[in-house]
Amino acid sequence: MEHYQEIISRRPREAADLLEIIRDVQASAGCVPEAAVSEIARHLNLSEADVRGAVTFYHFFSLSPRGRYTVYLNTSITSWMAGRADVARAFEEEAGCLFGETTPDGLIGLFSTSCIGMNDQEPSAIINGTVFTRLTPQKARHLVRAMKTGRDVRDLVAEYGDGANQSDLVRAMVSNNIRRRGPVIFGPFEPGAAVRKVVSCAPEEVIREIKEANLLGRGGAGFPTGLKWEFCRKEKAGSRYVVCNADEGEPGTFKDRIILTELPQLLFEGMVVAGYAIGASEGLLYLRSEYSYLRARLESVLESMRREKLLGPEVAGHPRFRFDISIVSGAGSYVCGEESALLESAEGRRGEPRNRPPFPVEIGYRGRPTTVNNVETLCTAAKVVVHGAPWFRSMGTAKSSGTKLLSVSGDCERPGLYELEFGLSVQELLDIAGARDAFAVQVGGPSGTCVPRQDFRRKIAFEDLPTGGAVIIFGPWRNLFEIVKNFMDFFIEESCGWCTPCRVGNSLLKQKLEKITGGRGTRRDLNDLEAWGKVIRAMSRCGLGQTSPNPILTTLQNFPELYEAAVDPKADFAADFDLGEATLEAARLAGRLPELEGASHD
Amino acid sequence: MTKIAFTIDGRSYKAEAGQTILQAAKANDVYIPTLCNYDGLKPVGSCRICTVRVSGRYMASCTQILAAGMAVETSVLDLEDMRRSIIEMLFVEGNHMCPMCEKSGNCELQALAYRYQIMAPRFPYQFPVRRIEPLTSKLMLEHNRCIECQRCVRSVLAKDGRRIFVPQNRSKHRKIGVDAALAAELTDEEARKAMDTCPVGAILRKEVGFAVPIGRRKFDAGPIGGDAGQGPQR
Repeated sequence: MEHYQEIISRRPREAADLLEIIRDVQASAGCVPEAAVSEIARHLNLSEADVRGAVTFYHFFSLSPRGRYTVYLNTSITSWMAGRADVARAFEEEAGCLFGETTPDGLIGLFSTSCIGMNDQEPSAIINGTVFTRLTPQKARHLVRAMKTGRDVRDLVAEYGDGANQSDLVRAMVSNNIRRRGPVIFGPFEPGAAVRKVVSCAPEEVIREIKEANLLGRGGAGFPTGLKWEFCRKEKAGSRYVVCNADEGEPGTFKDRIILTELPQLLFEGMVVAGYAIGASEGLLYLRSEYSYLRARLESVLESMRREKLLGPEVAGHPRFRFDISIVSGAGSYVCGEESALLESAEGRRGEPRNRPPFPVEIGYRGRPTTVNNVETLCTAAKVVVHGAPWFRSMGTAKSSGTKLLSVSGDCERPGLYELEFGLSVQELLDIAGARDAFAVQVGGPSGTCVPRQDFRRKIAFEDLPTGGAVIIFGPWRNLFEIVKNFMDFFIEESCGWCTPCRVGNSLLKQKLEKITGGRGTRRDLNDLEAWGKVIRAMSRCGLGQTSPNPILTTLQNFPELYEAAVDPKADFAADFDLGEATLEAARLAGRLPELEGASHD
Repeated sequence: MTKIAFTIDGRSYKAEAGQTILQAAKANDVYIPTLCNYDGLKPVGSCRICTVRVSGRYMASCTQILAAGMAVETSVLDLEDMRRSIIEMLFVEGNHMCPMCEKSGNCELQALAYRYQIMAPRFPYQFPVRRIEPLTSKLMLEHNRCIECQRCVRSVLAKDGRRIFVPQNRSKHRKIGVDAALAAELTDEEARKAMDTCPVGAILRKEVGFAVPIGRRKFDAGPIGGDAGQGPQR
């Protein structure tokens, strides 16, 4: 273990390096001890509160020890559906501590974490940066026993996954599960083709082509990419930035992981295309911490592109186009997928969204005009440059051109990645994935819509069911309320807490739902659920807060019969708690039992 | 300065280009309630009480720049009730015991509750367990009352510009963290200013809490919003 003083002093005295320093200290010491907080603050001329503020924002940083082996077990709904409860118990029993704790000897820490992008191979966990998928209680016990003998977790990966997961630089047990290769992302691609093509055009032509292709952002928001690039190019500035958002954190999505694993060069060429179009010379890949195991390989692809002159001072021989890409890592925070929060994080601060306007295309990374694009969007842009807008528009629907990568998980025979043309119906997707008796499909992850069976003819397209690509399928034996509670827990955990409605409101919404599922609900409570959810939707500051009540609002709308059945139709009001039950212990201690109407004493 | 035309609740006004909706409203003597906002500090849009509606879209008037022709809705029933919700959320989130609070009568959260005629919140009290932090010989931090407005984060700085108050954690665990060493260097005057800037009784100057008796405090003289109006309808 390297001493943290050396780690800190080696770094430049730039506040933008704060998260990188914290990351190194955390990796070396298992936490950021108080003495390191002071040292970092002194080194960067920040207040200690600033340093602690950054450490405590991110899930994978901690002020207190998390163990020499730190287990982060995924909490996404498919993890529970695949047996997370038993796996968690096995970890706890074998390690001798509960989740949220570290063993007394400091060897093992057990923690829960939000979706790590492995929804098609749950339950999964990250242990000291190494991903373990398809865990069983037996495997969990085996892992803990191996940790107790001091083995390196990387040596515990028994079998590697397919494709580049087997590469020497990755060596991951992760599976790609590519079920359907479509014509855009997985169509034939000659390395270097997009870069060579783009430098032969004028930047304005490139933007025109992307606009004509009607390429809409693939992260889920669907903003026109060509327009974003045009806004960014029009800003008067000495320098501009391309930032690739590789922070897919929506529970259920994993499509970008497969691009980062199998098609990194296509992605980087897409960044070059964007850089050329907007007039940038620097690109930044913001890689979610959960995918850090791919970083070494991504760096090596960048290195080979530099050797091929596809990056560097004169890209593809263009005398005036200089462009290079660097990688920055996240540290465990869903909200950092929001573009302005991502930029805050990339600049070394707490990943809290900025107030907009100004938008990143005006004032973005380091105060410069910046285009932030999703991984899939940039890959698609590279293909549009090579094959042209008409080719792209020939696929999909009139309003949603091209194809979409869908991350399919849950109750189906073939979970995994599907590249399909926009416009297919939910039912068609279910047929392809082998889900015969689905009763609900979550399209777009928890922030999206829960689609009921009678709406399975609805189409996956921006004009009907827009989605970043997460599709979670639920069979009729699933309890919808448990699913909704899991999604609400996710938003409660991942809220940055900046604004009131998101910070406070979601806990209140979940409590109200628990009142109903606990058998104390009335019609009035259903009305409250809807009204409170609408306050959070309307009043929250960023996209996270504005979509956070969706698990409740969309199921209230689409599954009203389940909610109606859960409440007492005749009661006008019921208290939030049972008074007799709540005072029972105190009454017993006092040696008397109160005579309360409706109270259940024993 | 170019003036641009806009409307608030159907009435026509003019304001200077580049102003926020809140500034433009204020310049035209239209009251929009605020809490985290503070004159001279960069707006953060954290409390959301100043939210208005423009063409069906909700936006915080403290951070949104006015555009020509905007039709701003503010004193409408449903919006006012959403604001009331937010105030109630702030009350149930912490532990606000007005009768024993040093800031009673000077507290903007309390004053807004009066303006919005809040008798009891619609939400269940959360009764969080929070500490009182004895910061320095002059200051203490009453976490029970903090509403995360970030006024202290923005206004109380060390001589070299470093932040003394910084948010810690996230989600409902978010709280204000303090650099103890830097806080100890605050002068009497700066400590008093820190207390006065806090809209509630979270940052307290020790030993002066009740120097001005209740009954002769800021909002004892007149309601928040200044217009002495009835406040929004219920």
